[in-house]
Amino acid sequence: MSLAEGVLQIIEDHASKSGFARVKTVWLEIGALSGVETEAMRFCFDAVTRGSLAEGAVLEIVAVPGTAWCMQCGATVPVAERYDPCPRCGGYQLQVQGGTEMRVKELEVE
Amino acid sequence: MCTVCGCGQGETRIEGDHEHEHRHEDGTVHSHAYHHDGEHAHTHSHGVPQAPGGFSYAPRHPHHGHEHAHAPGLAPGRMVQIEQDILAKNNAYAGANRRLWQARGLFAINLVSSPGSGKTTLLVESIRRLAGRHPLAVIEGDQQTSHDAERIRATGAQAIQVNTGKGCHLDAHMVGHAFERLDLKEGGLLLIENVGNLVCPAEFDLGEAHKVVILSVTEGEDKPLKYPNMFAASDLMLLTKVDLLPHLTFDVAKCLEYARGVNPKIEVMQVSAKSGEGMDGWLAWLEKGVASAKN
Repeated sequence: MSLAEGVLQIIEDHASKSGFARVKTVWLEIGALSGVETEAMRFCFDAVTRGSLAEGAVLEIVAVPGTAWCMQCGATVPVAERYDPCPRCGGYQLQVQGGTEMRVKELEVE
Repeated sequence: MCTVCGCGQGETRIEGDHEHEHRHEDGTVHSHAYHHDGEHAHTHSHGVPQAPGGFSYAPRHPHHGHEHAHAPGLAPGRMVQIEQDILAKNNAYAGANRRLWQARGLFAINLVSSPGSGKTTLLVESIRRLAGRHPLAVIEGDQQTSHDAERIRATGAQAIQVNTGKGCHLDAHMVGHAFERLDLKEGGLLLIENVGNLVCPAEFDLGEAHKVVILSVTEGEDKPLKYPNMFAASDLMLLTKVDLLPHLTFDVAKCLEYARGVNPKIEVMQVSAKSGEGMDGWLAWLEKGVASAKN
């Protein structure tokens, strides 16, 4: 819920800076390894935007796959979850590189 | 919403907020907001219902009413690039807290766990054993009650309770405000006990030097797999209540394997506040942190 409020806050900040009054579409980038459940985000986004300039806006969630650096293989490998082993060597010496983002990417406004 | 910092959690209350300080005779509610760089701003709002004895931040969107007017000359369907982290605001406050605490040579840790893992009991015992060797203060986070802060104060240490109301975690802004009410000397130890929750606090940096995750052996050994983000965000895991291990089927080796699978760098200590097992190692870890934070 706080994250959905964070999204609305970013939108409101930009509304005054960029001079728009209504948001039609919101694009979020959500990493597979971030703590965001996309369905929960949709539900909360609808709840917190009621009565705001983003009421009824379409929420487009761009999923960013998780990637990690495997120290044993010396390569970047895909991972679906934080506790997944390296798909090449089966080891756990992984450093998460991508897939933790939670960003407001773009807005369609009027 | 606090118009300076934009805090939206209207139910947050920090202990020591008194109604008389914030309400004028005409019923105007007066809320304070602070920039962390020392600037001070006020907002006023009228006729806002207040929780008895507490102050709430000003209502959300005091500037509404302008937003539905269309700005002239704008074509509909315009795209605006944002590229902004959802947690950017919290991270900015966390950065301000971190700079302030580093400047004062404070060692700050953020204790996270599920409810009932024994965080407060461990803190009480740790404070008792530290026996005033360092200046020390505790920020307690809970949805309701100041029971935990009272338990800490009973040890003689200073503590302040933050009630998050409906919020499920502490954020850097409320912790910054709570810290302003503490009188913690330079070179001290700041212990922040987060709301019992293994999910959301993982994402909210408070400005701490380390997150310390506490897992008690009365919980499942697969908690690191069930809540991987929290174990990935923590630098130290304290496995608590180990005095109960003889009575349980908890598999310590499996638990550590899971924790290291999620976070290969996590340090692990097994402790019991009751029997005292492992407490020396944990206190030595704290003392090392205090020494390294000193300017």
